[in-house]
Amino acid sequence: MHRTGALYGQFKTLEQQKDTASLGMWIFLVTEVMFFGGIMLAYTVNRHTYFPAFAMGSNTLSIQLGGFNTVVLLASSFTMAMAVWSAQTGKKQLISIFLTLTILLGFVFFGVKYIEYSQKFHHHLVPGRNFDITFCVNNPDKCEDISAKEMDVEREEIAKALAADPNLNAHAQLYYSAYFGMTGLHALHMVIGAGLLMWLLRGSLAGRFTPEWNTPVDIVGLYWHFVDIVWIYLFPLLYLIDRYK
Amino acid sequence: MPEKHYLNATYGIRSWLLTTDHKRIALLYLASVTFFFFIGGFFAMMIRLHLLSPNGYLLSADTYNRMFTMHGVAMIFFFLIPSIPAVLGNFLIPLMIGAKDLAFPKINLLSWYIYVVGGAFTLYSMVTGGLDTGWTFYTPLSTVYSNSAVAPAVIGVFITGFSSILTGLNFLVTVHTMRAPGMTWFRLPLFVWAHYATSVVMILGTPVIAITLALAGMERIFGLGFFNPAMGGDPILFQHLFWFYSHPAVYIMILPAMGVISELIPTFARKKLFGYHFVAAASLAIAVIGFLVWTHHMFLTGQSTYSALAFSFLTFLVAIPSAVKTFNWTATLFGGSISFDTPMLYAFGFLGLFLIGGLTGLFLGCLGIDMHVHDTYFVVAHFHYIMVGGAVMGYLGGLHFWWPKITGRMYPEWLARIAAFILFVGFNLTFFPQFVLGYLGMPRRYHVYPPEFQVYNVMSTAGASILAIGYLLPMIYLTWAAFYGKVAGDNPWPATGLEWKTPSPPPTENFEVTPVVTWDAYDFHNRPDLGLDVPGHSAVVQTHGNG
Repeated sequence: MHRTGALYGQFKTLEQQKDTASLGMWIFLVTEVMFFGGIMLAYTVNRHTYFPAFAMGSNTLSIQLGGFNTVVLLASSFTMAMAVWSAQTGKKQLISIFLTLTILLGFVFFGVKYIEYSQKFHHHLVPGRNFDITFCVNNPDKCEDISAKEMDVEREEIAKALAADPNLNAHAQLYYSAYFGMTGLHALHMVIGAGLLMWLLRGSLAGRFTPEWNTPVDIVGLYWHFVDIVWIYLFPLLYLIDRYK
Repeated sequence: MPEKHYLNATYGIRSWLLTTDHKRIALLYLASVTFFFFIGGFFAMMIRLHLLSPNGYLLSADTYNRMFTMHGVAMIFFFLIPSIPAVLGNFLIPLMIGAKDLAFPKINLLSWYIYVVGGAFTLYSMVTGGLDTGWTFYTPLSTVYSNSAVAPAVIGVFITGFSSILTGLNFLVTVHTMRAPGMTWFRLPLFVWAHYATSVVMILGTPVIAITLALAGMERIFGLGFFNPAMGGDPILFQHLFWFYSHPAVYIMILPAMGVISELIPTFARKKLFGYHFVAAASLAIAVIGFLVWTHHMFLTGQSTYSALAFSFLTFLVAIPSAVKTFNWTATLFGGSISFDTPMLYAFGFLGLFLIGGLTGLFLGCLGIDMHVHDTYFVVAHFHYIMVGGAVMGYLGGLHFWWPKITGRMYPEWLARIAAFILFVGFNLTFFPQFVLGYLGMPRRYHVYPPEFQVYNVMSTAGASILAIGYLLPMIYLTWAAFYGKVAGDNPWPATGLEWKTPSPPPTENFEVTPVVTWDAYDFHNRPDLGLDVPGHSAVVQTHGNG
């Protein structure tokens, strides 16, 4: 990281340097939109073709955990925005506090995601040879985290979905391909974002960011908000397919 | 030559491998794309030698499949796509707009390292037996059935995509924020416009192939199912996603070459380019419409007739801006003071070959003809006329044109003219017979063929041998000229661009004082500094008045 407010050799003014950095980040976010766009297209096509399987897959996710994580990420966007504001208005201590809060919220998200992922592994819902959408209803003793009442609902839903789509297991696997592909990519972006936030925290603890020069806070903020927005799309796409009844 | 320039500013391997100077990074790219070009060329020669006889005695069927696949992978992802942008664009864009460097010099270096890492994965695939899926990686062959080293190649191409994304991003930001005072948008050389359009395609298209290959790779390695019909996935979806990038990728290859031609023709016709604004807009139009034609690669996948009709129409539409450019280049020649230096020979070669390549593209955009010649050598000949006849001719023309700027020294002119001639003859002898072969029905990617096709195949192989000499010659004499050529001077042609107003080779910071631009691109009339004997602008106006 270079000195506070230093001008790189290729630029003439600090303003030009700041504009350049932020334009670069915006264009990078465009490439990210296209990147997630590809997998969202794959999701859309398959959801259209295999709706019952996708609805069934979606119903096996925990709306409570997903909803909680949505709130966590929205809160982290707020703390990030506050960090940017603190940097712009020169409140040096607040920058570090808000960055720390953002990082902590990010880790809360990872924790919840870890619980969700490990449940899916235990319930045989990871695409591959052992994928079995009916595993829990057939082996209730191995899925103790699902209550008896929930199990009844799931049994009923699976029977209905199987009636609509005899090849339910294969097609639910496509849903879970989308689930792990999309949330996995999103989580990877979160990991990179958390790394960037820690890098910022180091800079802010050293007092590097001033109202005149806070470009890194600004553009990492853009990135973090983008990652949040992706989740705002993923949550309804993955968790809320068939919850309106 | 200037005493201090970017080549001798610092010494040692570290000063090259850790450089952030766009000019040195361009040379790093030059070395690596040349390496992959000759690897791809080797595979091409193996294909052509094998096809000398109808039964193909040289390679087994399986090896043949790997040869044409690796030829495509090496040439497209590791040579054609980075060639002009990452070498010439990298070197020239900051010089042309009067900047000290690209906007993000470190990201520029990072892009080269990403390219090298991606290249290493692909080389690993090649030395562990290669892959046999075709460069298109069609599923489920690539994800389920192929027994070759698909995964490392897919990972390599995936990684290399990010070098392309970063290059495009860097160019876009640079053109927006780094222009010198007076360098307005419509004073930009058309080379810069072409690269701007190319960069748009790079940043919008490349992420899509990245996610597509990531999904295909995860399908092969972890068993995800989007493209696997056994799990209800859809291989056609892969083709849509693949071509959504890979058709625009053709414009990543040809647009920069068009940019080179737009520099060469005014310089060697010593005349302002005809219809500057139209040529600039045509670059953007190609970039935009180029995104809307991808399913013309898939007319035979059983897509709806109406969809095919729409894509056929859009394919015709994208030919219009290409034609606008070709007509404007030709119109520039009219009344010009034309000299036949080597770069101009390549420009003429480009015009003729791109014309054939482009028009046969329209044949293929016609639904009826496409049914007939789909997956035949007609298609192979068509896209080689665009990619080799167009993109590589432009690349070589550009290398010759800017070699005095890059190295400070001239290449041997007559040898270079002879090489250009050999290339042109060799190219046409290689690929023109393939049009005939395809029309007669020889399918592409087959390792054997009926004996009646042999004469055309022998012609094609003979042409490929001549072509190989045509490629080896410039590599040898350009390398020689970099060290022993005649000292070129700042502006040997002379040409009008800002890059010629700095010493050859340029100093590390490009310009000693930031230039202030007061002239339009290719304006030979108002440039007394070029020392040319062209009538002043007012004289031209008067002639018009009298006429």
